[in-house]
Amino acid sequence: MTGDDAPLLEVRGVHVGYDVKGGVARAVDGVDLSMKSGEIVALVGESGCGKTTLARTIMGLRVPDEGEIRFRGETLGRDRRSLREHRQHAQMIFQDPTGALNARQTIYEAVAEGVRIQGVEGNEEQLVADALARSGLRPPESFFTRYPYEISGGQRQRVVIAGAMVLNPSLLVADEPVSALDASVRGEILALMLKLVRDTGVGILVVTHDLGLAWNVADRVAVMYLGRIVEEGPTEELLTSPRHPYTRALLSVVPEVAEMEQQILTGEAPDPTRIPPGCRFHPRCPVVESGEAERLGILERCRGEDPLMLPACHAVAQPAAAGETA
Amino acid sequence: MSTEEHFLRVRDLHVTYAPRGAAVPAVRGVDLDLHPGETLGLAGESGCGKSSMAAALLRLLPKGTKVTGEVLLDGEDVLKMRPGRLRAVRWTDLAIVFQGALHTLNPVQRVGDQIGEAIRLHSKDGRGKVSTRVGELLELVGLPARRARDYPHELSGGQRQRVLIGLALACEPRLLVADEPTTALDVMVQAQVLRLLEELQREFGLGIIFITHDLSTLAELSDRIAVMYAGRIVEQGPAEQVFTHAAHPYTRALGAAFPIIGDPAFRMTPAGVPGDPPDPRYLPSGCPFHPRCASAIDICKSIDVELWPAGEAREAACVHASGAPVATA
Repeated sequence: MTGDDAPLLEVRGVHVGYDVKGGVARAVDGVDLSMKSGEIVALVGESGCGKTTLARTIMGLRVPDEGEIRFRGETLGRDRRSLREHRQHAQMIFQDPTGALNARQTIYEAVAEGVRIQGVEGNEEQLVADALARSGLRPPESFFTRYPYEISGGQRQRVVIAGAMVLNPSLLVADEPVSALDASVRGEILALMLKLVRDTGVGILVVTHDLGLAWNVADRVAVMYLGRIVEEGPTEELLTSPRHPYTRALLSVVPEVAEMEQQILTGEAPDPTRIPPGCRFHPRCPVVESGEAERLGILERCRGEDPLMLPACHAVAQPAAAGETA
Repeated sequence: MSTEEHFLRVRDLHVTYAPRGAAVPAVRGVDLDLHPGETLGLAGESGCGKSSMAAALLRLLPKGTKVTGEVLLDGEDVLKMRPGRLRAVRWTDLAIVFQGALHTLNPVQRVGDQIGEAIRLHSKDGRGKVSTRVGELLELVGLPARRARDYPHELSGGQRQRVLIGLALACEPRLLVADEPTTALDVMVQAQVLRLLEELQREFGLGIIFITHDLSTLAELSDRIAVMYAGRIVEQGPAEQVFTHAAHPYTRALGAAFPIIGDPAFRMTPAGVPGDPPDPRYLPSGCPFHPRCASAIDICKSIDVELWPAGEAREAACVHASGAPVATA
């Protein structure tokens, strides 16, 4: 199936592993995810949950060991040519705009680079000016000959975004786009992302650990834990009535959420080289720890059966677990 | 001398950097008081002077930086201490935790040795006693004592940040300056570190100056909040009140940058402070915030308002604040 009805992006059963000392880190361990044009999806999780690896795989920077990435209805090829073409339609921006820009390159050069590499047709100067203006750097000409050190951190992130948008991509993957920025700039960059979606219909996948960001801009949220998406849904629903115990714990420690009893998870940080058997969250799960799982008679399944449904939780699947929100 | 109720008093602190002969005023007259066991949250954007102020408290600024005013620790001025006295005070009275846990630790020294070194330099304890103390400190910050043998790269970001807090506590300081100690950490680890700081405070009566731009974190953790802008404190008061009923438009804008999840007012409407913080070399006339302020009126361009009372135990530097002597409609 090809055409406008196809989802912009489909991730199907993707596994990505890294060889590390002492085994394989299963960074992405069976992920399905899809998104449409004009949609902002927040992929949320802690460091080491595999969200950045998944983002890189979507960009074609990693080849999945299993499964496939489908982009606008077609499987992402592995040869040089299809990857180059993919990178014109899918662009990525990173956390630290200062690191992403070449300190010795003018802003014009930084934005024009993609145009040249991709051989985009049209008046280069016009394309660069449009991209800068669209990213809120006005008048664009006044930025052409400036260097990254001459502008503020927020403006640098705008330059990085302009460098991505100049290619008119249909997908933007943003890895923690505001976490290195000041509180005051953060809102402006997020507002810019909303505006880009409205103006160009680009779909944005935001990789972040910041649930407030999701509340600010995302249509949907997918929560990732140790290589797997454990809960997914429309932002309002997922953030106001989370069902997976991991999502609930994550939300409870965000100071921006009022009236929630803090559930600080303890235990070792999750390690993708040693994914626990059964439910991968069970060693840290408050439902197991509180004895609730045993009371529900699901403890054995939590320890031995990998929950493949969404939300990926045996307790949620249990009809008797209506008390979960209590 | 009488016992001080405030063990830390900062009076009219100015910090002026002098790169290549220029004068960059980073801190422009700050007064602060801290009781033993109190947590003061210090908020503001990059470049507002909050880190310069923190560094000035411990005299950690680069050579050539001009620092004036007083930093009184139990009545003794840190800025006038001789080097030997300063070295003693730095670990035993005042300690600092920086943001970059990845860069502050020595990568080729075991973390236990790094903590042990700090203890040995400040006490006459023997090797055995020091290593026991290192183990205790690691356990205090929630790490098994055996992790003392690890090198920094063997620890996760959150664990390294815990080591840094353990290091800062090595000589049982009375004041901990925490400069964005959780900014680079995940929410869950951040919550763990914040809870640790709260526990330490309850147990040891530690005073904490907690620096971050995240007002909501400060509201939860601090007794009082001071908000800095362009080198000055523009608002201060009890944490909860400053967060929920800010008197200064800058505090309001800063607070709105972090949405309240579940509050429809923030849904799909990210907010921030428009524009960029001013360059300390070229501050705007009048109130330095006026070019970015949604509530600015004509007189804001000419009057640089000082801190005025703005309610019970509160102050704000804004013509709109209730106690300001300039009448506004």
